[in-house]
Amino acid sequence: MIKIKDLNKHFAKHKVLNEINLQFNAGECVALIGPNGSGKTTLIKSILALVTIEKGEIHVQNENIRNQSDYRSKIGYMPQINRFPEHMSVQQLFKMMKSIRQDVTDYDLSLYEAFNIDNMRKKKLGILSGGMRQKVSAALAFLFKPEILILDEPTAGLDPVSNEILKKKLKEAIEKENKLVLITSHILNDLDDIADRVVYLMDGSLYFDKQMTDLKEETSESRLNKIIASILNTENHYV
Amino acid sequence: MFKIAKFITADLLKNKVMLLYLIFLWTVCFGLFSLQGQGDKALTGILNVSLLVTPMICLIFATIYFYNMYEFMMLMHAQPIKRKTLFMALYLSLAVVFTCVYLLGAGIPLLIMNAGAASIFMIIGTAFLNFIFVALALGVAVWTKDKSKGMGFSLLIWVYFVLLFDGIILLLMYNFSDYPIEKLVLYISFLNPVDLMRILVLMQTEAAALMGYSGAIFQKVFTENWGISIILLVMLVWTVLPLGLSLKAYNKKDL
Repeated sequence: MIKIKDLNKHFAKHKVLNEINLQFNAGECVALIGPNGSGKTTLIKSILALVTIEKGEIHVQNENIRNQSDYRSKIGYMPQINRFPEHMSVQQLFKMMKSIRQDVTDYDLSLYEAFNIDNMRKKKLGILSGGMRQKVSAALAFLFKPEILILDEPTAGLDPVSNEILKKKLKEAIEKENKLVLITSHILNDLDDIADRVVYLMDGSLYFDKQMTDLKEETSESRLNKIIASILNTENHYV
Repeated sequence: MFKIAKFITADLLKNKVMLLYLIFLWTVCFGLFSLQGQGDKALTGILNVSLLVTPMICLIFATIYFYNMYEFMMLMHAQPIKRKTLFMALYLSLAVVFTCVYLLGAGIPLLIMNAGAASIFMIIGTAFLNFIFVALALGVAVWTKDKSKGMGFSLLIWVYFVLLFDGIILLLMYNFSDYPIEKLVLYISFLNPVDLMRILVLMQTEAAALMGYSGAIFQKVFTENWGISIILLVMLVWTVLPLGLSLKAYNKKDL
């Protein structure tokens, strides 16, 4: 579904992404992890063309995304930092999003309802707390039933109940609706139940890209944070 | 584009800065008219306030607004929206809202108290200034990622157009007073939209007669129709050029 070929990206002189080659398929949940500044968000932004691609190609459903914008109708995106126009109400935000996406008439309101967003529809976006904004943003990502979901640190500010709701929704999307889910998080415990493939970035390069089942076998650990710790430790022994 | 502009405009109109700006304009207009009568004196007073305040509020507010909208614009670009569409929506909303507030705050009092060519040119000129300085502000905000740096540059632009430029021209006229440089000064003033607007309005009033020899040349050139057309054309260039450059930079920007 998404194919990344020889992707490179600089910010000034700093190399952020270095020769990334990846392919993601439908029905997969890919956990994109790595230390701070390893290029996770930049990789996601490249797929969304929020940063320009200088070298390399990205194909979304066999379509080169360079200078394109229509392909993004297939992607639901939940950004890391959520800020909306201060004086706009929640209701207006949804109205606006719907008005610019008139190609879709069939909405997915399950998260909207589960997060009780209807109760705060009159509130201004400027006074919402971080977690509430994140709920709004999550509901927006699912609203137009996209085939690809890209979530950047989705669980960082959510309360445990909402966290479980989101995870359940994601699991459904992957298993029942055969969607591709790309997710980054530092809270590895959250990724345990949903991720079936782990892509680890380090200093802008691909460090490893493995199926969760293989990783579990290799390290004989069951929790993702133990797995990662174990892999990083063994690598360090060789060095 | 207009769909998005509609919602951004609604958000802008709810901003308290707009209300304060409106009240400020009312106070200045009615204050000056009641203190100095309905003549040219009050008009020049309003002109000076417009020339100082309009660029400043456009530059500062538009710069801050762009930075505040940054994450939201990222979210919008994750939708199938072209860069150009969103940028133009943002630009038009800001410029149109500022122009409307000016129209309401100063335009209506001007037309009531001093209906005439000068008032009409003042409104047209300020509308141009709004479009020009919002474009410049967005250009600065696109160009610099850092908020405080962007604000600094915006203020620098304001100081340049409103204060420094006049200083440079004065220096030029003082140093080359032995030569006939009036015509040259005239063309140099094309480099500053604020000066253009000042000329545009002042030439419609009796104050122009007080400006001596260069005033006479200015008046000769600028009160004729083609002179006015040239000023408006140059102001249009001043609008399109920064806007085009900002848009180009925005198209390539890493959000």
